[in-house]
Amino acid sequence: MKRLYFGIVLFVGLHCAILFPGLLAPYGPAEQNREYTFAPPTRVHWFDAGGRFHLRPFVYAIVPTGDEGYSESTSARYPVRFFVSVAVPNSGQRKLRFFGVDAPGRIFILGSDAYGRDLFSRVLYGGRISVAAALLATFLALLIGTLLGAAAGLRGGLTDSAIMRLSELGMALSWFYLLLAVRAFLPLRIAPLETFFLLAGVIGVTGWARPARLIRGLALSAKERGFVMSARGFGASEFYIFRRHILPQLKPLIFTQAVILIPQFIMAEVTLSFLGLGASEPVASWGNLLADLQQYRILVAYWWMVAPVFAVVLVSSTYFFMANIFERRVQSVAI
Amino acid sequence: MPYSVIFTNSIFTTETRGQLLISKSGNFETYKRVLKRFSITRLRNFPITKCLLCLRVSVVNWILFCVALPVVAASAAQPLQKGEDIQVEPGLTGNYGGTLVVGQRSEPKTLNPVLAADAPSREVIGRINADLIHINRYTQKTEPALASSWKMSSDGRTFTLKLRRGLRFSDGQPFDADDVVFTFQVYLDEKVHSTQRDLLVIGGRPMTVTKVDAHTVRFELPQPYAAAERIFDSLAILPRHLLQSAYEQGKFAEVWNLNTPPSQIAGLGPFRVKQYVAGQRIVLERNPYYWKADSNKQRLPYLDEMAFIFAGNEDAQVMRFEARETDIINRFGPDNYSVLAKEQQDRDYQIQDLGPSLEFNFLVFNLNDVPADKFPDLVREQAWFRDLKFRQAVSAAIDRQAIVRLAYRGHGAALWGNESPADKLWVDQSLPHPERSLDHARELLKSAGFSWNSDGKLIDNQQKPVEFSIITGSSNAPRVKMATLIADDLSQLGITVHVVPLEFRAVVDRVFQSNNYEACIIGLGGADADPNPQMNVWLSNGGTHIWNLHEIHPATAWEAEVDGLMNQQMVTVNYKQRRRIYDRVQQLLAENLPVIFLATPDVLVGAKNNVGNFRPAVLDPYALWNADELYLRRQALASAR
Repeated sequence: MKRLYFGIVLFVGLHCAILFPGLLAPYGPAEQNREYTFAPPTRVHWFDAGGRFHLRPFVYAIVPTGDEGYSESTSARYPVRFFVSVAVPNSGQRKLRFFGVDAPGRIFILGSDAYGRDLFSRVLYGGRISVAAALLATFLALLIGTLLGAAAGLRGGLTDSAIMRLSELGMALSWFYLLLAVRAFLPLRIAPLETFFLLAGVIGVTGWARPARLIRGLALSAKERGFVMSARGFGASEFYIFRRHILPQLKPLIFTQAVILIPQFIMAEVTLSFLGLGASEPVASWGNLLADLQQYRILVAYWWMVAPVFAVVLVSSTYFFMANIFERRVQSVAI
Repeated sequence: MPYSVIFTNSIFTTETRGQLLISKSGNFETYKRVLKRFSITRLRNFPITKCLLCLRVSVVNWILFCVALPVVAASAAQPLQKGEDIQVEPGLTGNYGGTLVVGQRSEPKTLNPVLAADAPSREVIGRINADLIHINRYTQKTEPALASSWKMSSDGRTFTLKLRRGLRFSDGQPFDADDVVFTFQVYLDEKVHSTQRDLLVIGGRPMTVTKVDAHTVRFELPQPYAAAERIFDSLAILPRHLLQSAYEQGKFAEVWNLNTPPSQIAGLGPFRVKQYVAGQRIVLERNPYYWKADSNKQRLPYLDEMAFIFAGNEDAQVMRFEARETDIINRFGPDNYSVLAKEQQDRDYQIQDLGPSLEFNFLVFNLNDVPADKFPDLVREQAWFRDLKFRQAVSAAIDRQAIVRLAYRGHGAALWGNESPADKLWVDQSLPHPERSLDHARELLKSAGFSWNSDGKLIDNQQKPVEFSIITGSSNAPRVKMATLIADDLSQLGITVHVVPLEFRAVVDRVFQSNNYEACIIGLGGADADPNPQMNVWLSNGGTHIWNLHEIHPATAWEAEVDGLMNQQMVTVNYKQRRRIYDRVQQLLAENLPVIFLATPDVLVGAKNNVGNFRPAVLDPYALWNADELYLRRQALASAR
């Protein structure tokens, strides 16, 4: 039981943070600080330079040292404030943030990127588009995969051959050129919401082949089992058999597939961004953030840039954790 | 001049993303291979095919053995012969021996000098071939190469070149005027589709070549042409004895590919092909008949061998250099400068920032006459783009210093005109370099009839918000950064800009074929330090007149003036006069902003400290232009053994 509550709290907490990034993030995802590029994570202090303790944590301003590094200037303290109202640049509006420091101080708790944008805020904002798109794409891929795979496995014959050859074609075809063609048909300017559905749609529609093949195999063996055969003997319809007898057997496979596909689809977005189909600068997405890590320099010189990796790992393992718990519960109920 | 202005994309690419795609799209190939394997295994069961297969293996072994034998024999520099017209380089010293390893980003596509268009191929081909008149990459001036001297007639239309006597190709066959005539016949043949043909066609008519005697050739130009001797640079002279029959059979496109046996490839450059291992390396060895010698009358080159290893992408190229697996890194991106600089002392190599390159990057608005029914939005937006004040406002709002600092990590220079400071002889120093000013930009927009709505968004005189997209090649990281910075700069004026990185081919297609784009960040470069390669960009009917292609008549008065000036500078032989004309072209471009010039990246190269005579230059091929003079210092050679 404890595991379950822990899992639910982690799951809900993470998703709240990711799906409503405006609450937690101290800055906007596209806010540039051109004088603070690649700043390391800001140190939060309780003791000042003179050794005095302060109850409210604070940060020091950072100054570039010339060799692409930064040092702290202890001349002024910027206390960390909670629930602050800050101005959104170039719009005249104000927004409530969970925490922040007064300008000109900056707080980059995960460091800053090549444009001096706060990485922590970008990870949160990026998660929204990536996780939601990956979830939707996984749902799409599994839906198509389950329906087609089960149809192929249960019906056999020509349907089976047709669907399986189609899936082979789907896996062997180089999607690269298809995606180029898709890009050419679309207008250059795509609104963020359209980008989101486009991402989910493209990834989902191209990702059904593998799950379909697995599900077909399982359906093939399932339909030969005694209770399925007897149900058939009593005149049960195909759909009834699928819903009542086959689908419950596929459930664990679908769960594990989902857990595998979600991180995989987060990565697929990198490729799509490269083709101009995904989220592009300055919009943050985990795919975009991970793409930066493909540069040697960033890996060796700016270690904090790997933060999005941990975000992906954390979210993926939460899914795995949850799937695991549910599977156990399903099993214990069945017994 | 080596090539006319070409699009540059690969110079700074982090091609890792491209690699990812290639491996993805490679699925189909694997699939095909699996199918093929399957059918072969089935065939193998037949007894006859079994015998044939055994035979095939042994025949392949035999061929390999025969090919390998001559390759094993090393080539020592031949002693200087009497009657051989050798060029002696005064003051040049060095020692023989060793293999110089150079890392290449990707594999060359061909060894055919007439058809090679990609940088890795040209890097290798340039080392195995020579030209008639050469541009010294260091001084940027012409110097004698295979032609020991040349004379221009008083009307500037006839060039008479004296060829060096007693020279041999790298396979030992003699070189004479027939080879030169044959070479130009190939370059000028439309059916061959040479990448450099358009440079030899002046005013729509090709130049003609005639043999005067065995060591004299005459070139007739259809009209006077300033700096005509620069045309000859990088036009590789081909061996007639090896290529004539293939050319006459119409098979020139197939000769000298990567699988051609080295014995069938010969040139007049310092090296010749020794071995090619697909996916790994191409090894060149000394051409024992090379026509240059050092101050001690020792025949060049100093190096026994030169090996180009294919790293796959820039990061791998940088890592291999850092790990001392390669001796020279020929141009790398600004992002990697700090990584390499940190290890300089410990790993005994040096990297150099040679200053700005000739490449110029710019933002171009689509000013083509496009059909209103097909692109209604674009036609509406072109009313802004065509307004000079709008373009001036955009230019004033762009923070070029931030571009240099962030996109090039400080290893570049901001540009306000088409000539980079690297082009010392031609850049107009008097061109103004206005500071970034948002207030000035706002004034310009106001006077052009724009205003701001309550949200702070810029709107035009029909109350439509100003919003457009900028496309750019996704593999060129600095250009994507420029677009992102510009989007942020312009958002401060209330303009909404969408950055759309596309695959580079898609960018070129949109800009040159479909004209379906609003604005684009692209770069031009790689050409010679001379105004002529830019003719096709600035002439209103030029093929690279990028903002408005297919103009039949100049669209504006200033474009007509540029046309006149560019044509005039081409036939003006006097440098000072020509320079005055070209300065005016640069002023017109800076005033009228057909494209908004942004920045040029620096040329960054590196070499191990034991590489002697290392004198990299800002002109292509940067660190390798004097490969014949490079040598490995003795103590380094000893320790290598």
